[in-house]
Amino acid sequence: MTKIIPLTIIFFLITLSACDSPPNSQDIENNSTINQIYIENKGSDTIVNLALAWAEAYQAVNPEVQISVTGGGSGTGIAALINNTVDIANASRRIKEKEIENAKANGIEPVEFIIARDAIAIIVNPNNPINELTLEQISAIYAGDINNWKEIGGEDRPIVRLSRETNSGTHVYFLEEVLRLGDNESKLLFSTDTLLLPSSEGIIKEVSQNPNTIGYDGLGYVTEEVKVIAVSQKGSKEYIFPSATTVNNGQYPIARDLYMYTNGYPQGALKIYLDWILASEAQLIVTELGFVPIIKQ
Amino acid sequence: MKKSLLAQEFLINTIIKISGYSAIFFVGIIFYFLLSQGLPALNQVDFSSLLNPRWYPIEEYYGLLPLISGSLVVTLGATMVAVPFGIGTAIFIAEVAPRWARELLKPFVEILAGLPSVVLGFLGIVALSPILRNLLNLPTGLSALAGSLLLGAIAIPTIVSVAEDALDAVPKEYRDGALALGATEWQTIWTITLPAARSGVLTASMLGIARAIGETMTVMMVTGNAPVLANSLRVFFSPVRTMTATIAAEMGEVANGSTHYHVLFLIGIVLFVISLVINITISAALFQHTKRSEKLLS
Repeated sequence: MTKIIPLTIIFFLITLSACDSPPNSQDIENNSTINQIYIENKGSDTIVNLALAWAEAYQAVNPEVQISVTGGGSGTGIAALINNTVDIANASRRIKEKEIENAKANGIEPVEFIIARDAIAIIVNPNNPINELTLEQISAIYAGDINNWKEIGGEDRPIVRLSRETNSGTHVYFLEEVLRLGDNESKLLFSTDTLLLPSSEGIIKEVSQNPNTIGYDGLGYVTEEVKVIAVSQKGSKEYIFPSATTVNNGQYPIARDLYMYTNGYPQGALKIYLDWILASEAQLIVTELGFVPIIKQ
Repeated sequence: MKKSLLAQEFLINTIIKISGYSAIFFVGIIFYFLLSQGLPALNQVDFSSLLNPRWYPIEEYYGLLPLISGSLVVTLGATMVAVPFGIGTAIFIAEVAPRWARELLKPFVEILAGLPSVVLGFLGIVALSPILRNLLNLPTGLSALAGSLLLGAIAIPTIVSVAEDALDAVPKEYRDGALALGATEWQTIWTITLPAARSGVLTASMLGIARAIGETMTVMMVTGNAPVLANSLRVFFSPVRTMTATIAAEMGEVANGSTHYHVLFLIGIVLFVISLVINITISAALFQHTKRSEKLLS
């Protein structure tokens, strides 16, 4: 009879795993016997460190709230909001018309919050003699019209273009505001040989090793291993380095708002959390991480 | 007591049968799911635009050719690395190596098989790609070549262990007979042992190739993911984007039921069909060449 025992265990495990389904935040909030509140927060890789820092600081004061933060890209976060698997979607670009339509078709009403601002730094290898580029030159490089550094006053080296994957909000922002220079009619695309790397770290790593590369990344991610380039406004020759000051006074041309989206106007714990994010204490963390706060300190 | 034994026998028989048939059942379900999710793409996108040389889904460019060519280039490269090395290693372990070396090599090959692909990918980024760039004077080391070498390394353990088993199964009398007739050790391996184990060695290569074409994480990290259509041999040294990396990188971003979502499943179908074609081709080649004597032996 002892041979039956392992089988019983297997059946027992199968039954167990079938019953095991992850709890939904709504269910938990309605259940008065459990006081834990879960907030699922997902999306932009640009925002993920900031969102994590916020979640940690908030949980330290409000232990009854548990916030889980994951990255994956703005598109990923918004898709998750549309599929109703997260409470807050982080995005480094504005939600698209098409995504709003998709959301409404699924019964989701996206509500937008601007939570911080970010500059996108143009980066090259520290050994690259180039220090400044105009917005038009950057556009021509990424469109594939400039293919050698010597064409813009550098060494005789091929240019290797690095970009984030297409699910990144930074990618979409860069396409619209830098490559197409903000022209809505433009159909310009990235040169096909642009390397699409899956992470910000991947871009920093490759730029720090390879003297041929040019890349872009949120200012909060830029490390000492790479060189940040000064960029001029469209049609201007005044080169500006990215910083909180040059972003807030509008001098640095490649800066954008960072967003959080919720399904409908937030209620209860979610509302308290978002109000906290928009207030001065949380915005201080924004400055610490190299982003630009939305309110004056 | 006898009755309970019978019942037990029946129960176990049934369970084993169910597990056996479940493989067919699951493949069927997966195939049905792929078709149901992927085929709508053909309604939503013109067939001609699937042949477009550009893949840029956020602006509705759904050209599959760069992705297919990317996968084929990397897999071909990996095959050229893995098959000779894999079979060579298997021959060494099974036929040449002294006993102690064999005892040492086998676990090492198994460790190589157990390496997570993300670790290999990371090594590729920090070590292999700068070396390739400096050595071959490439614009960037993140290329099809880097992907091929790492995929080769991933496929080698599979090939070695299966091919080594096949070589081991060749009866000792074959070798003894060849050696007795005056053949050298190499002649014995090349003309007797290897042909006798051919079906197993081919299966090993096929499993290795299938492993390479389906691998995702490593290629996503080291091939640069630029969807460039292969048009010359130079493509080996430039960045490419594979089908698997495309699905992995983009599946998370798409809204359920969108055109992009269906096209990604269509890529899954293409991948499935390519694996199937590889399988069928090699099985057919095997079947054609199987002689009666080998059938009797196997």
